[in-house]
Amino acid sequence: MRLHEYQAKEILAKAGCAVPAGRVARTPAEAAEAAEALAGRVVVKAQVHAGGRGKAGGVKLAASAAEARDAAASMLGSTLVTPQTGLAGVPVDAVLVEEALEVDEELYAAIAIDGAEGGAVVMVSAAGGMEIEEVAERTPEKIIRAPVDPVLGLMPYQIRKLANGLGVDSRLMRPVSGMLERLYSVFSGNDCSLVEVNPLVITTDGAVLAADAKLDVDDDALFRRPDLLQMRDPGQEDPLEAQARSYGISYVKLDGAVGCLVNGAGLAMATMDVTDAAGASPANFLDVGGSADVNKVAQAMGIILSDPNVETVLINIFGGILRCDLVSEGVLEAARAAPGAMRPMVVRMQGTNAEEGRALLAESGLAVTLVDDMAQAADAVRAQPKGSGLGGE
Amino acid sequence: MSILVDQRTRLLVQGITGKEGSFHAQRCRDYGANVVAGVTPGRGGMVVGGDVPVYDTVSQAVTETGANAALVFVPPPFAADAIVESAEAGLSPIVSITEGIPVADTVKVVHYLGGKDVTLLGPNCPGVISPAARCKVGIMPGAIHRPGRVGVVSRSGTLTYEAVGQLSALGIGQSTCVGIGGDPVSGMSYVEVLRLFQEDPETDAVVLIGEIGGTREQEAAEFITGSFTKPIAALIVGRSAPPGRRMGHAGAIITGRAGRAEEKVKALETAGAATVPGPALIGATMRDLLADTHAKPA
Repeated sequence: MRLHEYQAKEILAKAGCAVPAGRVARTPAEAAEAAEALAGRVVVKAQVHAGGRGKAGGVKLAASAAEARDAAASMLGSTLVTPQTGLAGVPVDAVLVEEALEVDEELYAAIAIDGAEGGAVVMVSAAGGMEIEEVAERTPEKIIRAPVDPVLGLMPYQIRKLANGLGVDSRLMRPVSGMLERLYSVFSGNDCSLVEVNPLVITTDGAVLAADAKLDVDDDALFRRPDLLQMRDPGQEDPLEAQARSYGISYVKLDGAVGCLVNGAGLAMATMDVTDAAGASPANFLDVGGSADVNKVAQAMGIILSDPNVETVLINIFGGILRCDLVSEGVLEAARAAPGAMRPMVVRMQGTNAEEGRALLAESGLAVTLVDDMAQAADAVRAQPKGSGLGGE
Repeated sequence: MSILVDQRTRLLVQGITGKEGSFHAQRCRDYGANVVAGVTPGRGGMVVGGDVPVYDTVSQAVTETGANAALVFVPPPFAADAIVESAEAGLSPIVSITEGIPVADTVKVVHYLGGKDVTLLGPNCPGVISPAARCKVGIMPGAIHRPGRVGVVSRSGTLTYEAVGQLSALGIGQSTCVGIGGDPVSGMSYVEVLRLFQEDPETDAVVLIGEIGGTREQEAAEFITGSFTKPIAALIVGRSAPPGRRMGHAGAIITGRAGRAEEKVKALETAGAATVPGPALIGATMRDLLADTHAKPA
């Protein structure tokens, strides 16, 4: 689960990390008030769960309260489309109004889980303020890493090594080290999967501040982090994804025309790949899970069908624990609930009760193409007529 | 022979009185696995499935039944405790089916196991099956497997069944099929499984199934280059997944170049693996690979 920048900064500040003075605003008037209180130049930043805000117009400098009000007015209520949001974009319901910093240096600091290390890794770079993925790709030597032993924690010598590697002035060693130490305490104390500060700013008068903050919490740990769970902003999620999550369905909305209903994450990715290779484009990733029942399958089908871009539904089930006949019953239930929403289906079922499942769909009178394996599924998807989705009407 | 589990496996099921635990323990027995004990704290003295005794602690169960491997169905908040309890009692392998364990817990467990002579599979994995030994320690559908000489190792569940289904349909049987799990931090890696397959005289070739995210497939490629001499076919799924979006598996998210499908395919290809061109062609690629191998005298 991702937090907003202002929420992440509240958590950082509580842990003793310096952050710019600022206030969250939900109306242009509140933004003007915040700018007034801060006195001087401010930055108005759209609060969205996506990076790439700056280039998309989600970060604006304002020299006065009036300018801050205008900047906020241009963002609040709008939808921000960045390279990370998909075509639909994300709504801006709040802005963060912050003092503008006199920047001397921009550094990068992050802590994430690294599977290869089997634990957390602290990463810093002197190339702050840029897309870190780009830095990692072009100049990996500019990123300094320190894997953290889960028992020892982040050791003082590691912090010295990281700060040293950043090449900061020796009188800044202390504040930079303190920042890294506290960032790690935030990471380990809140079941985070990511804490990222980009840029970590050194101001002209030598202060070290987290000028931006990204904080992701491990979804699987939310059961023991009720304080963080209540910071969830469902408005930042795709409504279909939020609906799917409430049913325990793993769903990711994409921009294609072939809706995919699959059991298992790996098989779901494989099904998307097969669709893609057939020259079609997947409308979604969807894993109904192993313990799905008729209702859950019907909900999954309903979610796929409520995407207006979907022209064809590809159902790929390898029945193990999940019985194929039960999947078909779920599909039929969805068809009864919303007959007008049904699209032509390509259905591949194998494994437990596959014959029963296929028979149920074959006799249903719905537009179903039954196939035997994934190769045939790809051919059938390729053969589907284009432009039959609700969005094309 | 096979790897990890065989006829000598005496299985203990943690969480055996729960809905999933009881259901799957019975499926494992139906397939032929020797389930000797169950553990559910507070349920000691119960008997499930007609003759499987339930104990309050793992050490008690081991003393009474000689259990030597564990299958874990304990809910996420208590799973780390259950895994370490089995490890401390000397059980190996420990197969953790449980999905949704906080990664901070798994990090500690894996750290604890480091240097100990205990093998952890998972968490969030389908388990391991050796068809010739009729030993199933996991939730995979037993009926799709057939005994044979091809090993399978994968991060996924149903996609592993898909691979096995394709192999069996072509008459290619399996020595052992291993699911290592879809979480970002987990026990056995591809490398450790490949090392066992390399040493196993009953495994002639291996199917490796990977996915986007992390660098585990690259580690496998490095091992294959240096130390793996058997034919290997590799499939990476997630080519069509956009960066930054998590695809079900916690590990399946592209963060940086190394996590991309093309990078993994390239690494495995360079290492000498036969790359499977698409998910529909797993069986066919292995069939061709075996035909090539047999055509060439060793």
